[in-house]
Amino acid sequence: MQVYDIELGSRLWLGSARYPSPAILSEAVRGADCDVVTVSLRRENARAGAGQAFWSLIRDLGVRVLPNTAGCHSVNEAVTTAQMARELFGTRWIKLEVLGEGELLQPDVFGLVEAARILCDDGFDVFPYTTADLGVADRLLEAGCRVLMPWGAPIGSGRGLSDPFALRALRARFPDVPLVVDAGLGLPSHAAAAMELGFDAVLANTAVALASDPVRMARAFADAVRAGHAAHAAGPMPVRDFAEPSTPVIGQAWR
Amino acid sequence: MIQLQVNGESRAIEATKLAQALLELGYHEAHVTTALNGVFVAAGQRAAQRLCEGDALEILAPMQGG
Repeated sequence: MQVYDIELGSRLWLGSARYPSPAILSEAVRGADCDVVTVSLRRENARAGAGQAFWSLIRDLGVRVLPNTAGCHSVNEAVTTAQMARELFGTRWIKLEVLGEGELLQPDVFGLVEAARILCDDGFDVFPYTTADLGVADRLLEAGCRVLMPWGAPIGSGRGLSDPFALRALRARFPDVPLVVDAGLGLPSHAAAAMELGFDAVLANTAVALASDPVRMARAFADAVRAGHAAHAAGPMPVRDFAEPSTPVIGQAWR
Repeated sequence: MIQLQVNGESRAIEATKLAQALLELGYHEAHVTTALNGVFVAAGQRAAQRLCEGDALEILAPMQGG
């Protein structure tokens, strides 16, 4: 798949947070053949230097980093964080999160569109964390985004795809825009379902990091993503409400 | 001495420019990025960036994220 004219080898993108150890994070990323990893930026204590060690680890992985603006609740916060991330990570890529208030960590789509417009105009390659709303998607694309990252379910919930119909509609409405399900996946089957809908990639973090065996779970997600993508390419059969015999009825005895 | 809010904590420093302040605070070769009063200050601007009493300085580094 291509995003912002960059060819990517993996359709499974991984977050880097909440792993039991840096070594397990590294092994999970390598085991899943993942080449996009999301990162963030936080206050650094000069004595502790935790960020320096993490930066060294990420560089050693040789992956493409996708910094986020996680935790930002205003346009100004998100824009400033994006500018800081661009300098810190040396990339124009930014996973833009402008969050609403409340426990769902849902996108504030009005702030998101405004921030996306500012950042696109400033030369960023914006990956907006959004809902599956078609009108918002239109506005984000008008603002200059060339990829969309709708949520599957609330961040870290593990609920899977809350509204497959909305995601299917988004796919149908924008057949040529790279679409990546971001947030809410809990199982490899959720990732496969997203890929079967025709999504281009999925981003998983908590589902892998909090598994009993994150490395094994990362591989399971990678397998599911490959299977779901292949299934979509193969053209799934139409769904029916009633049974249709698979065994030929012609020549049936006693009829 | 001027009093700053550095990553949310009150700190008294002698430096009057951002680049000097980072050294004084111990961020010698650290890979960090900065914002002053909510506005990004690029690395190339730190030497000229003046600090004033009560300024809020954010010093951020790479961190895990989803």
